[in-house]
Amino acid sequence: MKLICTLIAALLLSANICVAQKYSAEKAFISFFSDASIEDITAENTKVSTIFNSATGDIVYSVPIKDFKFAKALMEEHFNEKYMESEKFPKATFQGKLVGFDMAKGGSQEVRAQGKLTVHGVTRDIDVPGTIEVSGKKLIMKSKFMVKVADYEITIPQLLFQNIAEQVEVTVDFVYKPM
Amino acid sequence: MKPLALVFFVALLPSILFAQDDLLKELEENQKPEVEYIEQTFKGTRLVNGQTVETKGQGELEFIFAHRFGPVNGGLYELFGLDQAFVRLGLEYGITDRLGVGFGRNSYDKTMDTYARYKLLRQSRGARVMPVTVTVFAQAAAKLSPKKEDDPNMNPTNRMSYTAQALIARKFNQNLSLMLMPTFNHRNLVDQTIDYNDTYAVGVGGRLKVSRSIALTTEYYYRLNEHPDNPTYNPLGFGIDIETGGHVFQLVMTNSRGLTERAYLTETVGNFFEGDISLGFNITRTFQVVKRK
Repeated sequence: MKLICTLIAALLLSANICVAQKYSAEKAFISFFSDASIEDITAENTKVSTIFNSATGDIVYSVPIKDFKFAKALMEEHFNEKYMESEKFPKATFQGKLVGFDMAKGGSQEVRAQGKLTVHGVTRDIDVPGTIEVSGKKLIMKSKFMVKVADYEITIPQLLFQNIAEQVEVTVDFVYKPM
Repeated sequence: MKPLALVFFVALLPSILFAQDDLLKELEENQKPEVEYIEQTFKGTRLVNGQTVETKGQGELEFIFAHRFGPVNGGLYELFGLDQAFVRLGLEYGITDRLGVGFGRNSYDKTMDTYARYKLLRQSRGARVMPVTVTVFAQAAAKLSPKKEDDPNMNPTNRMSYTAQALIARKFNQNLSLMLMPTFNHRNLVDQTIDYNDTYAVGVGGRLKVSRSIALTTEYYYRLNEHPDNPTYNPLGFGIDIETGGHVFQLVMTNSRGLTERAYLTETVGNFFEGDISLGFNITRTFQVVKRK
């Protein structure tokens, strides 16, 4: 009897945690920048979807690869067909936690995002710095980090290698509103 | 103390174990299904001799430099055809991602050609399923040889020919694409004893990728209304596409010498199976001349 009571109490409490405050993206922007010897390459994506749970710090986002826009049509074609194989791996996802965030504290806070980044079908643990700012009802999240192309088994044909840097800088810029 | 600890543990368990998975699932459920277009059905705008469904991206200018050598059965005396060559120089520009225009000059009969192509339907999956990509192609060409002094029949009207094509292609997977090309060609002047002015043809073609940058291609046009006394053959060709950055090299072998629609559809004199095969290549270089908006 005591055990049953305990379990019921536990379930009630867990339900409470599950309905905690969640945020979805009002604006979500991811870009990357590759600084290589022949030319700098940059691409932007505004079709990112994301959810953040301010009570647990859990964060997920999903990036449709085909929606990265480049200045040159041919670059976009090569990016999709040769490097990212976007018909086979249409999305990149991140699934993890923001560490060091305290909703009650408010203002701008330095945090770390820890979790699993999946790109090109390869999942790796990452731990990257960022900031989150509580602005009224909204949350503004920003992060900049380096991704090693080879870590995600993205191979660059030898004849093209000078065009693309081994590491690309990823910029994340999300504005969240309550769901 | 013990039950309390258990309460905390069980209570936190779902958030520890499932919260992230749930969140990702929730994210996917909230996403509206989107139309995913299937792109890069073929590597270039040419398959072997003829056109593909591909259009240039907006603001892209493609320079096409194509060569067809003489027949390999010319033997060593002709260096297996390499002593002779027909050249086509061409430019194609993408006005939008779906509409392109181009022109070119082929040394075969000194032909000038100009054309437009429009991608009518795009193969897609997801929220809207479209099984094929369809591009319509229209071309007008003038043969500037022979000179008027040499052939009094050659007034400007008689030099003209026109082609209309529907290019219907499906990319079955990353490696295999097939295409069907119903084609109509009209020539203003033909030798009525061996030829008709109008030619109806159906082409079939395909691409098989063997690596990320190399693909095998083939193309064949079958004429539906051949004149009984016509001495020409249907054009057949095989090729290898090699892509390096902004360049595409297409090495081909075909029984056609000409590089415009009139020439390969109606004036192919080589019998492929008797070795009347020309080696050749198409080299394209793409430049982004206008920034995309």
